[in-house]
Amino acid sequence: MANTPISVTVDQVTYEDDVEPRTLLVQYLREQLGKTGTLIGCDTTNCGACTVHLDGQSVKSCTMFAVQADGHDVTTIEGLAQDGDLHPMQQAFHEKHALQCGFCTPGMIMQSIALLQENPNPTEQEVREGLEGNLCRCTGYQNIVAAVQAAAGAGSAAGTQSEEGAA
Amino acid sequence: MTVTEIGSARLRKEDQRLITGRTRYTDNMTLPGMLHIACVRSPFAHATITAIDVSEAKASPGVVSVLTGRDLADEQGSLPCAWPITEDQKAPPHPAVAVDHVAFAGEIVAVVVARTAAQARDAVELVDVDYDELPVVLGLEHALTDEVLAHPSLGTNKSATWVFDSAEAGTGTDVDQALAGSDVVVERTYTQQRLIPAFMEPRSTLVDPTGDQIVMWSATQVPHILRLMLAMTLGIPEGKVRVIAPDVGGGFGGKLQVTPEEVVTLLAARRIGKPVKLTETRSESLMAAHHGRAQLQRLKIGATKDGIVTGLSVDLLADMGAYLGLVTPGVPVLGAFMFNSIYKFPAYRFSTTNLFTNKTWTDAYRGAGRPEATFGIERLMDDLAAELGMDPLELREKNWIKHEEFPFTTVAGLEYDTGNYEAATAKALELFGYDELRAEQKQRRDAGDRVQLGIGISTFTEMCGLAPSRVLGSLNYGAGGWEHATVRMLPTGSVEVVTGASAHGQGHETAFSQIVADRLGIPFDNIEVLHGDTASSHKGLDTYGSRSLVVGGMAIVAAADKVIEKAKAVAAHMMEANPDDVEFAAGNFTVKGTDASVNIAETALAVFAAHDLPDGMEPSLDSDATFDPENFNYPHGTHLAAMEVDTETGEVTLRKYVCVDDIGNVVNPLIVEGQIHGGLVQGIAQALFEEAVHDDAGTLVSGSFVDYLVPSAADLPSFITDRTETPATTNALGVKGVGEAGTIASTPAIVNGVIDAVRHLGVEDILMPCSPHRVWTAINNAGKGGLAAKGGGAEAAVPETTSPEQAASGSNSSGSLPTGDVQ
Ligand code: FES
Ligand code: FES
Repeated sequence: MANTPISVTVDQVTYEDDVEPRTLLVQYLREQLGKTGTLIGCDTTNCGACTVHLDGQSVKSCTMFAVQADGHDVTTIEGLAQDGDLHPMQQAFHEKHALQCGFCTPGMIMQSIALLQENPNPTEQEVREGLEGNLCRCTGYQNIVAAVQAAAGAGSAAGTQSEEGAA
Repeated sequence: MTVTEIGSARLRKEDQRLITGRTRYTDNMTLPGMLHIACVRSPFAHATITAIDVSEAKASPGVVSVLTGRDLADEQGSLPCAWPITEDQKAPPHPAVAVDHVAFAGEIVAVVVARTAAQARDAVELVDVDYDELPVVLGLEHALTDEVLAHPSLGTNKSATWVFDSAEAGTGTDVDQALAGSDVVVERTYTQQRLIPAFMEPRSTLVDPTGDQIVMWSATQVPHILRLMLAMTLGIPEGKVRVIAPDVGGGFGGKLQVTPEEVVTLLAARRIGKPVKLTETRSESLMAAHHGRAQLQRLKIGATKDGIVTGLSVDLLADMGAYLGLVTPGVPVLGAFMFNSIYKFPAYRFSTTNLFTNKTWTDAYRGAGRPEATFGIERLMDDLAAELGMDPLELREKNWIKHEEFPFTTVAGLEYDTGNYEAATAKALELFGYDELRAEQKQRRDAGDRVQLGIGISTFTEMCGLAPSRVLGSLNYGAGGWEHATVRMLPTGSVEVVTGASAHGQGHETAFSQIVADRLGIPFDNIEVLHGDTASSHKGLDTYGSRSLVVGGMAIVAAADKVIEKAKAVAAHMMEANPDDVEFAAGNFTVKGTDASVNIAETALAVFAAHDLPDGMEPSLDSDATFDPENFNYPHGTHLAAMEVDTETGEVTLRKYVCVDDIGNVVNPLIVEGQIHGGLVQGIAQALFEEAVHDDAGTLVSGSFVDYLVPSAADLPSFITDRTETPATTNALGVKGVGEAGTIASTPAIVNGVIDAVRHLGVEDILMPCSPHRVWTAINNAGKGGLAAKGGGAEAAVPETTSPEQAASGSNSSGSLPTGDVQ
């Protein structure tokens, strides 16, 4: 199984690596780069715990191979806070008590940011549908929905802040 | 500083690391030279292992070792069950790795240890196991016949039968007599389907055997119990094992266990002498982590014509699955104290027959025995009300304990200290708009609308704060129910709180800091809570049964009070006053009638220096306390659900959900509300979405998140939650548990609502989860005869089972659904 060279930017740092072609992006992030903030909750692409941004779009990083990220720009939960300032969505999750065990949280936050980028002023139902691919077993979602709406209400900040670096 | 922390909606301390991805879940950890385990699991629910060939797997790239049950037979012992409910309880041996017999699909038969996780998984495919398949027993009524045995060597599927009889216990009268003398007797069989806890973090264990102690990190709720059990079952001196529960991604009872995965990881690491990690996949987790619920409830309730209940008889068949886990047999027994719920029943009998089947073993799942009981009684009260032609709320009110009647000793023998069911119900009705919704319901019924409206009621209580040690002793549980804490004053005036409760999402660090901040008058931010590591938190009984605050929190209070006592002597000495004249408030010691004052931080520094202490005083303020509750505490509440049912498609919509819970005094309303929300959704999921389904061969069909329907945000509305506050008198904080309340109450509220929407069509029961297909079928079958026959009171709806498991078990209510027997 020959390894394939890739060049991928993750949280604003560019890495040149050799990966096994079958390595999933999430495995590459966690095992090769030590980006363990991105989590694995399932093996059927249902849970969304592994959600990251690829060139500014949310993707489940267990649904693609690391080699497919070659030449692309990835943002994980670990790359959101800038200079010690939380991203408005992280802040909103904190303020609205939108997390308990925190296992779904990285994926939820990444998906929520993408959701507001597409729809800066969603209704409650639109938020709920936009988060359909992310499972949380702890919160019952009510406070997650509240956090997303609070972040939306906090102005365009959460939806449009350019956290994607070069993207 | 005044007393302000308790009751304030403090944002959580633990969030910072969780929202930035700087987490310490077990699978995030890597140690030098770490190896990985992958498991070979039985595809058969019941078989004999005739041969295992590991030669190819051993030769596979990166493989370090392959271990079978035979390899480990001498050292693996049997996994522990801490709760033998009867003297003659039967149980098969439970090896971590099966030796020659597998009893459920997913049981581990060998493990591969390799340099990478991928290499280990690759080699699993190369392990060649020969099985001789055996017949399977899956359903409870089938298991009861002993025609097919889950463990042939046991000679029976019956593990134990446990009975409580109020006439024998002296807490009530004889139930058979009571029922015989009743105007109305309603007899029902309800099914509690099998559920999967489905915590979001799959279980993971890492063991480092390279130091003097064996160190295990594990995604567990119970690091202390785990350490004790590893020592006892593997014969390792307890002091040579350290267990750490780092960040843990949810548990809900599902991580209240000593697992085969933990044991085999330890054994492999010890053999090889290198750190070894095992992280399960989601599919493995759903298949092999313990399941919950799974009961058949055969109930009889009697009442007078005007709705006074005369007696309740409960006869359970409880599915243990293939083995007994840590507290498996005790789960239905916990329900024994809750079937009588908030009511004043004069006669009561409970029995559970615990049965083995060839399925994943069951054990605690959020509520553990109490949701099952609450579902049974709340469904039954609705059916009784229908039989009597009475409003279901009126029936409940006639029978519940009035607020002025507390303390009240129940027919199950518990003493409820406080409660105010009237107040919670009144508030819930108002928030719900009960009368308006009833009017709308009538309108829709009269008009024959396609979408019918139903109102589901659930009034509940639960016993929380497991548990008074002597009660556990009387139930034959293998340990106590106390909790331990240490409060340490650091010389700089900040505080370390060590707790034996082990958090996995509950927010202990925040809530415990609030309690200590108030008690000691130390700023919230200067308090550090340490937990989840048997090295730093040397003593504890961990987290389950809504016990952390009511038991663990009280231990912290007691330890803090001892700190104050010691500091007071120091402060008196510093102020040259008589300790009897010294008062403590908001962190300051003052001398009555003077303006002399020393704060607690100053005493801590003085004790650290130890230059000038009262004669004979030990230079330390640090204090330990162990709190053993005298009684449980009894949260209660009223939950109301407005359910819409499309009578043509069977589709069910939750339109409005109101709950008013009484959990006594509240430490942090934000955390409380979060617990309620999450609890509600797990209960609603049982009512509408989730079921562990097996095929005829015993294979789990709902073995991934594609089929096991954990609800998403899109499946749910927002809830209206509120509280009444009747402080508990069983602890000084006046608090009650909250972690399980939502789950316990919501399932019957939802199902009662669904049935209320279509009862006039002749439907009397629908199996959970109430999927569109089941609801549609129930309506359709009722329409074919049930409605016409309803006048005669003889026939009921025949709900169709869509689950092969229920069909196989004969647990379909249609087989035994008796109607109200008006005498
Ligand atoms: S791990 Fe990617 S969706 Fe579950
Ligand atoms: S916070 Fe635990 S899964 Fe969402």
